[in-house]
Amino acid sequence: MHPAFSVIFFTTLIGVAQGLFIALSMSKVYELANQELGLGQAFYSVGGVFVLALLVCGLVASFFHLGHPERAWRAATQWRTSWLSREVIVLPVFMLVVFLFTVIHFFGGSSNSQLAMSLLGVILCFTLFICTGMIYSCLTFLREWATPLTVVNFTLLGCASGFSFATFYADLMAPELVGLLGGMAIMLTIIAFFTRGWALIRNQNLKPKSTLQSAIGSHHSRIKQVSQGQMGGSYNTREFFHGKPLTFIRNIKRIFLITVFPVPIILLWIGMATDASVVLFFAFIIQYVGLLMERWFFFAQANHPQNLYYQTIS
Amino acid sequence: MTQLALVIDLNVCVGCHACVTSCKEWNTSGSAGPLPDDNPYGADPTGVFFNRVQTYEVGSFPDTETVHLPKSCLHCEDPPCVPVCPTGASYKRAEDGIVLVDYDKCIGCKYCSWACPYGAREFDEHDQVMKKCTLCVDRIYDDNLPEQERKPACVMACPTSARIFGDVHDAESEASQMIRKNHGFGLMPEWGTQPANQYLPRTIRQSAVAADDGTE
Repeated sequence: MHPAFSVIFFTTLIGVAQGLFIALSMSKVYELANQELGLGQAFYSVGGVFVLALLVCGLVASFFHLGHPERAWRAATQWRTSWLSREVIVLPVFMLVVFLFTVIHFFGGSSNSQLAMSLLGVILCFTLFICTGMIYSCLTFLREWATPLTVVNFTLLGCASGFSFATFYADLMAPELVGLLGGMAIMLTIIAFFTRGWALIRNQNLKPKSTLQSAIGSHHSRIKQVSQGQMGGSYNTREFFHGKPLTFIRNIKRIFLITVFPVPIILLWIGMATDASVVLFFAFIIQYVGLLMERWFFFAQANHPQNLYYQTIS
Repeated sequence: MTQLALVIDLNVCVGCHACVTSCKEWNTSGSAGPLPDDNPYGADPTGVFFNRVQTYEVGSFPDTETVHLPKSCLHCEDPPCVPVCPTGASYKRAEDGIVLVDYDKCIGCKYCSWACPYGAREFDEHDQVMKKCTLCVDRIYDDNLPEQERKPACVMACPTSARIFGDVHDAESEASQMIRKNHGFGLMPEWGTQPANQYLPRTIRQSAVAADDGTE
């Protein structure tokens, strides 16, 4: 498939936002169990502002993917059948809950209402991760995507990047939480390494289910395309192929495997041990840039069966 | 239940592209406005066509056959492009089974084209909506056309009568009879889309002319 940067930015930005919200909610529960912490409301309200800002940036990025963004409200109507429609409903509801979470903490609402908003937000976070992952995973013939690992990886990578950001954020706002959040960030990154690696190995071993034989209905063992019917390009030659050489693909894979997993883990560890905010900041930034590449690779890796009809110009 | 569709005879198609050009002509001249046709005389032409003919070589020299495959939207009975559309712009008509795009609802997210395994949908970069074969729904119900012309433009244009239009759920229609007689098949059956458009396979034909005919 041809990766669209608007969708890459959208999924990675809301992933960080969702992970950050889960981190804030985890901190809230941790604070309840350790009353002596006294974190203050600002930690949560400012955190909520960051979550909202990331969600809004992601949403704005996604609008660039649409031909008619002014009709985007219609996208909520087919929630009975379309995962994209479900995501279009869950995302604004989540944004509303985050807004209420921020406002309740800013104005010092009751502890019960704060906890209720956190819990509701976490449920919506996971619902949103599922909706976003299922958009790709429900297309059965895009076999690189059609696995539960897609939803798992969207969730784990989003949470890992969100907790990395939360670690840096906590170092500035609530240093007593750095150990908890940084430890979670490292653990999530390690688990994500295994699940993303599993998906990569699975995809390498996929055997195509659609062949030239099934594409044109001939049973002969040797079929070759002579012409695709036009010499110019078309939507079919642009949208379903990444257009990059094989070496580029291989290099992107190697770079993202390094920048999403081992480098942030090492930097988080150093940052926590030396209490250096700058190191924690770079841990997040490097992981996020790596995630942009990982998402690009995710989209580029899918082989669409329609490419069987567009193999030779003439 | 009616399911209108095309039956395309691969035994007879010569790859002349008459169906491609007549489809483009009909759909670019209608009330929906022109179809993209960019840089037609330039170095890198591109455009939207609802019907394309791909050509394949089957076999090894000298036992090869050239197979021309005209392909447009197959109007699947279980279309994967319909449930994924978030706005409901992609729909299958209950009365005749034609799969259509409502250009007024489409937001141009391109999700439906990802969901079509055949690559039958093409995005109009100028109108920023998804477009595809309409089975000439504006011809087949047009009372201003004479009855024998109420068929898709591609069916009218084919010089070898390789395209047959009809109701594939009606066992007595010409289309259904051709499918039964000549072992019609659908493309990529492994994905369960149940394409309504069926193709008639290549068969070995006996020549009608005797071997010694034409010699003195």
